Amino acid sequence: MNINKISLMIGGEAGAGISRSGFLFAKACLRGGLQVFGTNDYQSLIRGGHNFYIVRVDSEEIFSQSESIDLLLALNKETILIHKDELVPKGGIIYDGEDFTVSDEELGREDINLYSVPLRQIVNKLKDKLIVRNTVGLGAIMSLMAFNLDHLIGVIKDTFNSKVADLNVKALKMGWNFAQKHFAEDHKYQLSEQKIVKKHRVFLNGNEAIGLGALRAGCKFYVAYPMTPATGLLHFMASLEREYGMIVVHAESEISAINMVAGASFAGVRAMTATSGGGFCLMSEGLGMLGMTETPAVIMLAQRPGPSTGLPTYSGQGDLRFVIHASHGEFPRVVIAPGDVEECFYKTLEAFNLAEKYQIPVIILTDKYLVESYEGLKVFDVDRIGIDRGRYLRGKDYESEEEYQRHKFTRDGISPRAIPGMKGVIVRTNSNEHDENGYTTDNPELTIKMVNKRFRKRETLVKDLENYETVRLYGSMRADITLFGWGTTKRPIREAMKRLSGEDLKINFLQIVYLDPFPTDKVRKMLQLAQKSIVVEENKTSQLSSLIREHTLMTIDHEILKYNGRPFNPLELSNRIKEVL
Amino acid sequence: MVTLEDLNTPIKNTWCPGCGNFGILTAVKRALIRLSLERNQVVLVSGIGCHGKIVNHININGFHGIHGRVLPLANGIKLVNPNLTVVGFAGDADQYDEGWGYFTHAIRRNVDMTLIVHDNMVLGLTTGQTTATSRKGFKTKSTPFGAISPALNPVAHAIVSNGTFVARGYVGEITHLTRLMVEAIKHKGFSFIDVFQPCVSFNKINTYEWFNQRVYKLEEEEYDYTNRQKALEKSMEWGDRIPIGIIYKEDRLSYRDNLSHIMDVSLTQLPTEDIDISSILKSMM
Repeated sequence: MNINKISLMIGGEAGAGISRSGFLFAKACLRGGLQVFGTNDYQSLIRGGHNFYIVRVDSEEIFSQSESIDLLLALNKETILIHKDELVPKGGIIYDGEDFTVSDEELGREDINLYSVPLRQIVNKLKDKLIVRNTVGLGAIMSLMAFNLDHLIGVIKDTFNSKVADLNVKALKMGWNFAQKHFAEDHKYQLSEQKIVKKHRVFLNGNEAIGLGALRAGCKFYVAYPMTPATGLLHFMASLEREYGMIVVHAESEISAINMVAGASFAGVRAMTATSGGGFCLMSEGLGMLGMTETPAVIMLAQRPGPSTGLPTYSGQGDLRFVIHASHGEFPRVVIAPGDVEECFYKTLEAFNLAEKYQIPVIILTDKYLVESYEGLKVFDVDRIGIDRGRYLRGKDYESEEEYQRHKFTRDGISPRAIPGMKGVIVRTNSNEHDENGYTTDNPELTIKMVNKRFRKRETLVKDLENYETVRLYGSMRADITLFGWGTTKRPIREAMKRLSGEDLKINFLQIVYLDPFPTDKVRKMLQLAQKSIVVEENKTSQLSSLIREHTLMTIDHEILKYNGRPFNPLELSNRIKEVL
Repeated sequence: MVTLEDLNTPIKNTWCPGCGNFGILTAVKRALIRLSLERNQVVLVSGIGCHGKIVNHININGFHGIHGRVLPLANGIKLVNPNLTVVGFAGDADQYDEGWGYFTHAIRRNVDMTLIVHDNMVLGLTTGQTTATSRKGFKTKSTPFGAISPALNPVAHAIVSNGTFVARGYVGEITHLTRLMVEAIKHKGFSFIDVFQPCVSFNKINTYEWFNQRVYKLEEEEYDYTNRQKALEKSMEWGDRIPIGIIYKEDRLSYRDNLSHIMDVSLTQLPTEDIDISSILKSMM
């Protein structure tokens, strides 16, 4: 018997509503007070192919998917053939035996429980195109897991309109009843309600958390061109455009998007765009303009493996060096890499504050695995990070005797920021090197002064960042092994640490959240304490290792790298950590 | 009320003597004065090229952007704050080569702003190469054997792209050009003027004399600029006679007029503090 530790996979062709079903199941578990994590795997196509969704449920804290499957809902035979070896011993497969048969030979193992449910027959009986087989399957799953069906019914009712919901509930119950009748004695995997953590928990993905962060930060202008995996953020913002009094533009390209952001920000609002690596390539030119014109902006880059089109629907961490150096010339910027859904929210709020405070572009560096995976977590503390608009002269008339200068020299490099339309000011900025008034210049002395002014902002910023959680330490200060990572590897790393905690081995993990400016002192300190240092990263050349070396003049002992587009799974990672020893 | 003197800047002008840009500069200043606009209510946006320096020569809010990207930049400004009068300036290579994609999309987006293209049919600041409006056979340093491709027709293109105000002007007719600019800025929606503006240094073909012999004012003929078919026909007229004036005009809701949830409110006026996201969080429970 396996209670409250379940990994469910739903697999089949694209277009079969697999992600939706996984989402519904996970949310039902969340409402039952359980910890949930959901992640999807899909190809770049609309129909056919192979898609799957994994939901991991536990009564204890979890950080990622696990490496194995307990129950598999297979909507086609291919799903079984691809994933049969990921099933745990005595794992179960729910499938439609009237649709296709599976022999022990095909399975290559005899320890699997096969649960044939007439999914298609039930769907046909209901005679409605709005019903999908997965819903019937979900009913059977709930029965097998002996989990209160009311949670799922509630989620369905909250998600769909009443007609669709009613039909789905009917299908769900038919699946449930069938399983009750035929597999009533079979409860190897059970879920039971947890009362303690039930309240005030939300289920959302990284894109949505970033969107919520942007809304809370007062973002009023969002513009993007669709690109996987950042498209979800565009959908999220567009759906809320009216309710939140924003303008959300689907632009004709990423070049257009970043220039619109520049215009919107220059006009005086918090503005944002998001894309993936390819789109960010197009934005690089605009990024430099933001730097030169000291225009605040927040740009989210959700990485996928490149170069070029690469693996468009998969995950990677190959763009770290790129975002730190993108665009020609030198200018200050901030690069923040949240590592989980919760950080996506808070770091977005920080991003908007820093962008306006220092009048620079701030890049939120994420990846597919982060922005499209769902986590169940405590409702955000929306007041934890306040709004800091920096030296913005908003809402006031300019009253000084002195002429307003957009790029005025100041001790800390930050010029007061007025916006066009304000009485008594002329706001002029320029992608050419310029004087304090924004007029074009090629004067050598003035050029040095302006470059230094922009970099004085960076010095101020670096000091300010000492008050920020630019790194996060998991575990104690001293350990046998110190892991270093950034971004989304945090989740499997923490999961692997859980697994290794039983062994006679002390491990800690330093998550580097701010990659630029680099938190050199904090990283160096950990390196000095580390017995053995390992960087865990999803790219080929271990960009973080080189960055650490560059800033600390210290070398990482080992690198654990992965670059096949798939996130680390905890067992794989813990094994590779053990291999290093 | 703004005066000509208010609009002057201390920056030394480096356009060549006789450059067509001076005519545009004069016409813009006159148009802004005629419209009685306050300086703080106007934003000028320019791209890269000789034209781009215009922002240095009019003492008004300005954003000297990058090559080809004037329109998305200017759109962003106007979308946020509808109370601003936004005028974009671009060169022919700037808008019709590097920025061609944004041209089409800005026209159909119909954000309420004005685009003035300094069209001299040559790249000036890079010392003389062919552009999208250079005629076929035009010899330059980049096309020593003559431009192979035929020229684009931005005016016809603007009409086909669902433009709502499409005009052509000529710096040799400054009074006429000023009037066009006034009409364009007054137009509610995206207004576009392609302005013939001879480059005295690098275009020895399309000179003042060449234009003087050809251009004629549509206002002096019987011409109905509200007829799209006729306008398209007129936009293709090229050769011994080239029309200037308003070629096509129609009324259509601007992009922002479609956003009923914000109406005429400047987004800068909206609060950024205490935004309530609880209902979304609740839906995620």
